[in-house]
Amino acid sequence: MKPGRFTYHAPRSLDAALALLAEHGDEAKVLAGGQSLVPMLNFRLAQVDHLVDINRIGPEFAGPKVTGDTVTIPALVRQRVLERSAEVAAVLPVFAAALPQVAHPQIRNRGTVCGSCAHADPAAELPTVMSVVDSTFRIASARGTREVDAADFFQFHLTTALEPDELLTEVAIRVPQPGTRMAFKEFATRRGDFALVAVAASATVDESGTVTACRIAAAGVAPTPQRLHDAEAVVIGSTVDDEAIAAAEAAASAAVDPTGDIHATAEHRRRLTAVLVRRALAEIKGDQS
Amino acid sequence: MTGTIGASVKRREDDRLLTGRGRYLDDLDLPDALAIAFLRSPHAHAKINSIDVDEALQAPGVVAVYRGSDLMAIHKPLAPKVQHPMLKELPRYPIPCEEVHYVGEPVAVVVAENRYLAEDALELIDVDYDVLPAISSTAAALAEGAPLAHSDADSNVAVTLTQRCGDAEAALNSAPNRLSGEFRVMRGGGHSMEARAVAARFEPATGQVTVWDTTQSPHYARQQLSMIYEMAEDDIRVIAPPDVGGGFGPKAQFYGEEVVVPWVAMLLGRTVKWVEDRQENFVSAMMERGQTHRIEVGFDDDGKLLAVRDHIEHDQGAYCAGLQVPSITTSTVPGPYKIPNIHTELYACYTNMVPTSSVRGAGRPQAVFAMERMMDRIAEHLDLDPAEVRRRNLIQADEFPYRVGITFRDGSPLTYDSGDFPALLEGTLDKLDYERCKRERDQARAEGRHVGIGIAVYVEGCGLGPYEGAKLRLDNRGKILVTLAAAGQGQGYETVYAQIAAEAIGVDMDLIEVVTGDTGRIPFGQGTFASRITATAGPAVYNAGHQLRERLKDTAAHLLGCAPGDIEFDGDRATFAGDAEKSVSLQEIARVANIGKHGITLPKGIKPAIEVSSYFAPERAAYASGAHAAVVEVDPDTGGVKVLKYVIGHDCGNVINPRLVDGQVIGGFAHGIGNALYEEPVYDAEGQPQAASYLDYTLVSAAEVPRVELFHLHTPSPLNPLGAKGAGEGGTIPAPAAIANAVEDALRSIRHRGGVEDGRPDHSGKQPPGGRARHRLEGDADGARSATIQRSPRIDYAPVTPHRVATAVREAGH
Repeated sequence: MKPGRFTYHAPRSLDAALALLAEHGDEAKVLAGGQSLVPMLNFRLAQVDHLVDINRIGPEFAGPKVTGDTVTIPALVRQRVLERSAEVAAVLPVFAAALPQVAHPQIRNRGTVCGSCAHADPAAELPTVMSVVDSTFRIASARGTREVDAADFFQFHLTTALEPDELLTEVAIRVPQPGTRMAFKEFATRRGDFALVAVAASATVDESGTVTACRIAAAGVAPTPQRLHDAEAVVIGSTVDDEAIAAAEAAASAAVDPTGDIHATAEHRRRLTAVLVRRALAEIKGDQS
Repeated sequence: MTGTIGASVKRREDDRLLTGRGRYLDDLDLPDALAIAFLRSPHAHAKINSIDVDEALQAPGVVAVYRGSDLMAIHKPLAPKVQHPMLKELPRYPIPCEEVHYVGEPVAVVVAENRYLAEDALELIDVDYDVLPAISSTAAALAEGAPLAHSDADSNVAVTLTQRCGDAEAALNSAPNRLSGEFRVMRGGGHSMEARAVAARFEPATGQVTVWDTTQSPHYARQQLSMIYEMAEDDIRVIAPPDVGGGFGPKAQFYGEEVVVPWVAMLLGRTVKWVEDRQENFVSAMMERGQTHRIEVGFDDDGKLLAVRDHIEHDQGAYCAGLQVPSITTSTVPGPYKIPNIHTELYACYTNMVPTSSVRGAGRPQAVFAMERMMDRIAEHLDLDPAEVRRRNLIQADEFPYRVGITFRDGSPLTYDSGDFPALLEGTLDKLDYERCKRERDQARAEGRHVGIGIAVYVEGCGLGPYEGAKLRLDNRGKILVTLAAAGQGQGYETVYAQIAAEAIGVDMDLIEVVTGDTGRIPFGQGTFASRITATAGPAVYNAGHQLRERLKDTAAHLLGCAPGDIEFDGDRATFAGDAEKSVSLQEIARVANIGKHGITLPKGIKPAIEVSSYFAPERAAYASGAHAAVVEVDPDTGGVKVLKYVIGHDCGNVINPRLVDGQVIGGFAHGIGNALYEEPVYDAEGQPQAASYLDYTLVSAAEVPRVELFHLHTPSPLNPLGAKGAGEGGTIPAPAAIANAVEDALRSIRHRGGVEDGRPDHSGKQPPGGRARHRLEGDADGARSATIQRSPRIDYAPVTPHRVATAVREAGH
């Protein structure tokens, strides 16, 4: 459990980091919190020639910012910082609901929000939440900058839209419209484990109590967070009544095609998806169950 | 000063452990030590065609690379710890030359300047394998036409052992009621926080080698090394460091790495160190538990047991490291019950997985699982309260010593020395508030929740022989040094044995120092395993303490001119009872009796050298006992199980330090909860481990271990002067059974949901367990008649993981 040989770089600016990635991209990995990368290096599941440690690129990357209608989460925001940010919780309480289920405090103290997204484990909580909020992934390289949304960012198991020379500099999230409620439900074997299945849901309700917009995404059932569009469709236009919840549950069950593993059969994961969709929508509606 | 036995003295060890000053093997400062890394087989079963180490030898920092064939002097089979004449033994070599039999088996060793470079070099070794078919379950091992786990064996069965008492066959045939069940307990590991580690230093000038080893049994290791190396035992000093981060059984075994590391030190004349990392530990430290039980019980209409027959498949792993575990299983099946006819049949199978040996509980949790699951099903069958069925079968307090009728793993007739099982069960149920829990369960069921209660009772053979010893010496500073052969792994030996010695000698604990686990300090010993040390080394210390007390008094009396009977101890002084002015310090006693004056005759009556050794050999094993009771709530939608309440009733005889016993029981319970609900080192059909890191192996953390309430009973063992039994495993043993019983009970209510007979949902919970939907097991004559009735989900596995619960619910048609 010792990593292979690599060259360690600790650039002092974003430009320096991007220059290193431009030079070594194919043979380099970005080190932020290191909570997934370092174990993979120690297990020799990943071997890199160059490790680009971005922890010193500048204090402006360390804190989340709420400005106008946007919350931005730069590259070095620790998961624990986001979890405890009252400012963010005031406009996007879903993070405070989801983050306690990400691993353990020691890991969240070090692990970054952008790092979890860039790692893109399909059973991780943060990518799933990012798939139901209105998120934009801001990407930089020596070639310039670009933006992609969650649907395009998460491409496959541990694979994102990031090119080898690119860095995820921040995730920007639009503050939800008034009347938006969100919920995050997870079932994991142990506290802090990756989800067997997790569901994030968001619904915007107008003054009459009718849902005008809805997003539901599940973790642990596909190579990326999976949006459950059919379930969303039956919720939109409803008042999140029992009938709509039952229909969404059925739609979710039909929409996912999970694979089984040693922790859960495919059938169990499908059932969990439906159950968690039901519970998430019930919470949004305001039921305790 | 007396009265230290039975006091909750704070552990002497904790200050250093809690402040990060513990010294584990990797903390030992061994200047210029080279690092060792093992190349391990990636295949469960393969023929080794060739191993090319040329490139690895050229790698930076590499000092040496050895294959099995380069170390022919130590190419000798490692002996099984517990033998049997019928055992078909297959040789377990330190490093095999021809064929590997599990993923993780060592095939080569690299010695380098540090572990990083050693691991780099491992990647450069090229092994040419022919992959062979692998066996990854006992079912596969026993299947007709199964491939062989070892190519040169004639079958996958290591041994078949039968234990009989009475005539189970006839009793089953004539029993008014007969039920059978099939239960599987999965593998599990020890998962000590410190993994295995060995370091060795050779002294060419003396020809002696010093071995530091995180073993539970340093004397066993030395004896094995002496035989393999063909060296005198006195030239091999094995030291288990004072701080070893957990043992739990796997470190009581003897491994190839323990042979290779000191040998390499001698070959190179260099100090070497191998510290097993967690990745290696997952694939090379021995595991346990894997068993399948097909158990059948016969009983009368009152629920009284008439016979039990248990067909046990035991997963021995790739090699037989000993038959201790399955032997214990067979003799644990009858438990606390009076059963006139017993028949157990053991099939220990070779498989292509890490060898198995004892892990805390050691064969007992599986037997208790099978028996206690059946006790619940008897209750269900007869519409009786599960506690009542147990009550009716328990051995009574006035029936000891109780001969069960079969043989224990120590070779003696299974004879329970003492206990009070009815009081234990009732005390546990009282602590649980059983009647109230039943009302609350029924209320919860009426609300549509799935709450269940589970009970499990067990008897645990512990305090095993052959012997353990202690050496007590008045050292020349006036302190008393207690030397134990047994090595501790965190149990608190420095505290407990100081308590026992202080009590026996009659001096303050502060005057007593305890050292453990060093073959250079005491010649004979067995080791820490089988919850045996308090009941073996404890009496040895106690007896030696009494002898040392007499020596001290005798010397003091001569110096003070009084009778030994007039001497009392006060602090570090021996005082004449009638005159406090007349006293002599322990250091002065040492100065006279131990140091003396060079060439001068000792004063008249003074006997030289105040040192006593005492070995205690129990006549047979002692038997601890206990009862666990759990209340759980199950979420059938997710398969999640939440433990609402858990009570442990525990009887380990007389207790030396109640706080430490509580710690043992609760720590054991953490292991038990892991076995009950979480832990499973899954292997696929090709013998590839699927849960070889803590990402996939769901070891419990503090968050998963529920609160537990303890109830203690103390029935002294008549087999040793302390009346002590073992406390290390009772927290673990019945936990999987209690939890599975509770989960099955919780799910019993959902049978009514789909409607039974009348087709109407029934959430009343009023219906007694079993009720109209009485379940018949496979092979039951009434099976066909009951087939139309929906059955409640069956929990036939441990651990009861969410997906198993979900599967059981689904298979029951919900």
